[in-house]
Amino acid sequence: MDLIWLIPVLPGVGAALNGIFGVRYFSKQTAAAIACGTMGGALLLSLYAFVLLLGQEHREHVVTLFDWIPPIALETASGIGAFEVPWAFRLDPLSGMMSLIVTGIGFLIHVYSVAYMDHEPRGGYARFFCYLNLFCFFMLTLVLGSTFLVMFVGWEGVGLCSYLLIGYWYHKKSAADAGKKAFVVNRIGDFGFILGIFLVFFTFGTLDFRAVAEAAAEMPVETGAFGVLSLICLLLFVGAVGKSAQIPLYVWLPDAMEGPTPVSALIHAATMVTAGVYMVARNAVLFEHAPEVMFIVAVIGVLTALMAATIGLVQTDIKRVLAYSTVSQLGYMFLATGVGAFAAGAFHLMTHAFFKALLFLGSGSVIHAMNEEQDMRKMGAMRLYMPVTFMTMGIGTLAIAGIPPFSGFFSKDEILYRTFLESPWLWGLAAVTAGMTAFYMARLMFMTFYGEYRGPAWGGGAYAGAQHESPADGGHDVHGGGDGHGAHDDGHGHAWHGPHESPKMMTLPLQILAIGAIIAGFVGVPAALGGYNWIEHFLEPSFVAGAAHAAEAEEHHYEIEWALMALSVLLAAGAIALAYRLYVRRPEESERLASDFAGAHRVLTNKYYVDELYDATAVKGTMGGARGLWTVDRNVVDGAVNGTGWTTRASAWVSHVIDKYVVDGLVNLVGRICAEGSYRFRHAQTGLIQNYAFAALFGVFAFVTLYIAVRYFGQQ
Amino acid sequence: MEITPAHYTVLSAALFSIGVIGVLVRRNVIIIFMAIELMLNAVNINLVAHARYLENLAGQVFVVFVIAVAAAEAAVGLGILLAFFRNKETVNIDEMNIMRW
Repeated sequence: MDLIWLIPVLPGVGAALNGIFGVRYFSKQTAAAIACGTMGGALLLSLYAFVLLLGQEHREHVVTLFDWIPPIALETASGIGAFEVPWAFRLDPLSGMMSLIVTGIGFLIHVYSVAYMDHEPRGGYARFFCYLNLFCFFMLTLVLGSTFLVMFVGWEGVGLCSYLLIGYWYHKKSAADAGKKAFVVNRIGDFGFILGIFLVFFTFGTLDFRAVAEAAAEMPVETGAFGVLSLICLLLFVGAVGKSAQIPLYVWLPDAMEGPTPVSALIHAATMVTAGVYMVARNAVLFEHAPEVMFIVAVIGVLTALMAATIGLVQTDIKRVLAYSTVSQLGYMFLATGVGAFAAGAFHLMTHAFFKALLFLGSGSVIHAMNEEQDMRKMGAMRLYMPVTFMTMGIGTLAIAGIPPFSGFFSKDEILYRTFLESPWLWGLAAVTAGMTAFYMARLMFMTFYGEYRGPAWGGGAYAGAQHESPADGGHDVHGGGDGHGAHDDGHGHAWHGPHESPKMMTLPLQILAIGAIIAGFVGVPAALGGYNWIEHFLEPSFVAGAAHAAEAEEHHYEIEWALMALSVLLAAGAIALAYRLYVRRPEESERLASDFAGAHRVLTNKYYVDELYDATAVKGTMGGARGLWTVDRNVVDGAVNGTGWTTRASAWVSHVIDKYVVDGLVNLVGRICAEGSYRFRHAQTGLIQNYAFAALFGVFAFVTLYIAVRYFGQQ
Repeated sequence: MEITPAHYTVLSAALFSIGVIGVLVRRNVIIIFMAIELMLNAVNINLVAHARYLENLAGQVFVVFVIAVAAAEAAVGLGILLAFFRNKETVNIDEMNIMRW
């Protein structure tokens, strides 16, 4: 148990090895072995720690590694406090579950990547695994961190790794831009987060999660008021909004699909983007004392869920559908936390990690099989070529659609039920979203795996290769099928022999994740279905202050819950049936629908023009402001500097003139007078001794005369 | 007629004046030397006369010094003159102007 600090450190060591030596010296096998080995070790340690945790009565364990920041006297609301941050890790039910998710799914994705990234050159391969390991290091630091500041280190670190991995193919401008966008948008959220941390320290005088929660529990609940706790929660939520891609900062996540697919699966579906949910859940006590902010969280969550789902309905890029689906599911999790169902949110986080990682890896498998094609309109009938991928992705789809008994059903219905108790209209929106989720996921499945094969022909070199990615913005098709685009981007010029099942290294993680997507829900079977909802009871200590369990006598409305379940299952099944009709039986109907509602379709295809809006306001505004400042800089600041320089030069010129004509003039004048005088007087020096003697005698006479004159005339 | 210090003083002054004029107006260096000797001896007369008048031997002692200095001066002066004459073949003081600018 004291070894939990090793869980993040192991991937960190792997990242260091691959980063320092790997890029230059390691073979692909070595790099992969180091990355997977360290992740496997971290997974085993997490499992071990988790098992130990299960056996403990008091399920909280803090390990302090070293004093990171020694005490510094800082002002707080209650006098001078000591700003002291130990580098400490906390293992409790929530962080234990999260570290299991991160290491477990992370390990599977590492294994998957070994095969998926096989086409990369050796150095890039090691670089990829270095980033991936580094990400796991930071993510585990985030999850296990015992104070806000340690969490913030991980928080920033995963943002960095996200940036590095989105821009992994940095020679591609779209990827580099997407990385930059993700980084900048995340920065906005991080700004709110760190302000929240400042305010936490100012208010409570400590940054330790447990101490903050206990202090906050003593404070009154700010119902109908907006006090300091509400402000803290709002700022923290701003951070969560940035990291977890909620309205209005969700725009980076769909673009993040420019990164390699395992990255999308690990970072932008299963782990990093859920950090915001994790952070909110971690501060459940704070949020419960700020009901107004909770309401904001819930509304933002459900609006994000709905909006992203509607966009997902019409996207044609397989990864973008999944990206919007992720945004939508994250909205669900925030909805759950917003209505106070932290355990349900964390539960959904867990199940989502399984099925969304599965779906992403599956889509990666498809993309791999289609030789980097991502446009679903160019796929079809893939179930014939890749049965394992089809089966596993089908399981993932059923899970996300909420079909029992797959995992998504339990977590999603828990959220829907808790939302309904809180506010029926929020439930209405969430239920509609659930239906849409089922529809677009079924659409994805049907377009990809059913129907007729619509992709390029293969064999005989008719289709030598494709670009890495077709950014299917607005349905624009970058490369028409079979136009022979020449060599592949990365120059692995192996001939493409048509869609094929992926290698074992890729399908095995898919199968494991599929099993997870089936069974993960059973830890949270609700009481209404005769379960115990183990996960909720297990996680509860993480959401309350102090060891005392708030044994609230929950009233159960089994009838409502059954009704809601039946409704959502019906909704999902209906949506899937509709998708089957529109995309398999009568594809022309979907096209007719699209043209009938061309306006709406265009708006959705263009993602509500939010990117354009941001571009027109935030980006243009920033650029305009920057340009304005640049103008000010160039004219005013530079003008001042240049003016100073010019003034100096002018005064130097004046000084020079004075020096040259006045000072030098005086000096020269003295010299000239001497020269002139000596020229005149040298004639007195005749060299004739008699002249001198005469002058001397004259002098004597003069003085004597003077003497006599004074003697005689002076007396009178 | 008694001879008073005034007589000696006038004699001395006359001799000195002759010496001065000689120095100033003559061109031959030898004669200038002689004029200088006149001036020195005018002083000597003065000293001796007043020494006797004042009954103080210091004046007479001074005279001996002056005579010695005059001898030395004449020796050095004549030496310089001889050297100059060997170079310039003249003892004319008008032509001794090589020390000017």
